[in-house]
Amino acid sequence: MEYILIIIGAIFVNNIVLTQFLGICPFLGVSTKVKTAIGMGGAVIFVMTLSTIVTWLVMKYILIKFNIEFMQTIAYILVIAALVQMVEIILKKISPPLYQALGVFLPLITTNCTILGVAIMVIQNDFNLLTSVVFAIGMSLGFMLALVIFAGIREHMDKLPIPKGMKGVPAALVVAGILALAFMGFSGLV
Amino acid sequence: MNNWKNFTKGIIKENPVFALLLGMCPTLGVTTSAINGLGMGLATAFVLVLSNIAISSVKNFVPDKVRIPVFVVIIASFVTIVQLLMEAYIPALYDSLGLFIPLIVVNCIVLGRAEAFAAKNTIFSSMIDGLGMGVGFTFALTLLGAVRELLGSYSLFGYKFIETDGILVFVLAPGAFFGLGYLIALIRKLSKKS
Repeated sequence: MEYILIIIGAIFVNNIVLTQFLGICPFLGVSTKVKTAIGMGGAVIFVMTLSTIVTWLVMKYILIKFNIEFMQTIAYILVIAALVQMVEIILKKISPPLYQALGVFLPLITTNCTILGVAIMVIQNDFNLLTSVVFAIGMSLGFMLALVIFAGIREHMDKLPIPKGMKGVPAALVVAGILALAFMGFSGLV
Repeated sequence: MNNWKNFTKGIIKENPVFALLLGMCPTLGVTTSAINGLGMGLATAFVLVLSNIAISSVKNFVPDKVRIPVFVVIIASFVTIVQLLMEAYIPALYDSLGLFIPLIVVNCIVLGRAEAFAAKNTIFSSMIDGLGMGVGFTFALTLLGAVRELLGSYSLFGYKFIETDGILVFVLAPGAFFGLGYLIALIRKLSKKS
């Protein structure tokens, strides 16, 4: 039950894009088609879960043990960058169809702040390993949900008569604002 | 003259937020008040200038294949320095910016300038470029923060004009999106005229 609450909280109440403002770059950049939004979301779910496990272990068994927690940022970004590279190489070898689907998004993920953000949040909240994994899955599902909804709206927006100055990013930001307003309705749910 | 141009391009013509649309996460995340925007902007500018200097001075020794990891480590080191300094000297601001300080590492502006400018230019012009971009970023964040604070709580830099609650939505998450959306539209309109 506790884990279900964490997942619901992570997806709706504390949605990583619409209430915490992480991962705005892919949110605005990649989500113009539903299909690419799903691909990006899938890649993020995969990498975020994996990186949260690895960074949690690094924190617990290396940084805390040697009393160098202040190295967190440097250690995490290196771990994440190496991990993304490794995932790319392994996927290419063992599962070409999956690589075809997620491959193009993988290099973009290193600079996606959601990954580093969640890895740090987990430590700040003092979660244990299992809770951290559940939290990471919830957060990445929330990321995917926001991306897919937003992409769905933007697919239709192309046909609308939008004033010239508002075309493109400004209009997209206003839509995101309305979406964030809708997600505020979930606050107090958990 | 060339240096001056190099400096000003980051502020207006190639403003990282309004024109290049980079670094949107901290732009939207921390600008609940003008002072937060200013603090975040200065912290990023500090990292930007120092990492640009460091990267352009090592660019000749770093093999092309491993340049991105090297750049990232350099940037992460400066971010850690900023983090420790802010925690020690301005803990209140550090707390209100929270997660976004370590996330300067993955701010696209910093790595973007390293890759696009510092890796190809001299140390001095890289420093000027970092300064210009940093000032542009700080300007954008402070402006958005000021607009949101003014509408959201009728105050500016903590000085209250009207003793009532403001339009609350501008301090909350949706206000960030609305504010930035309309600001970009406005700046596009203004810059097209001139």
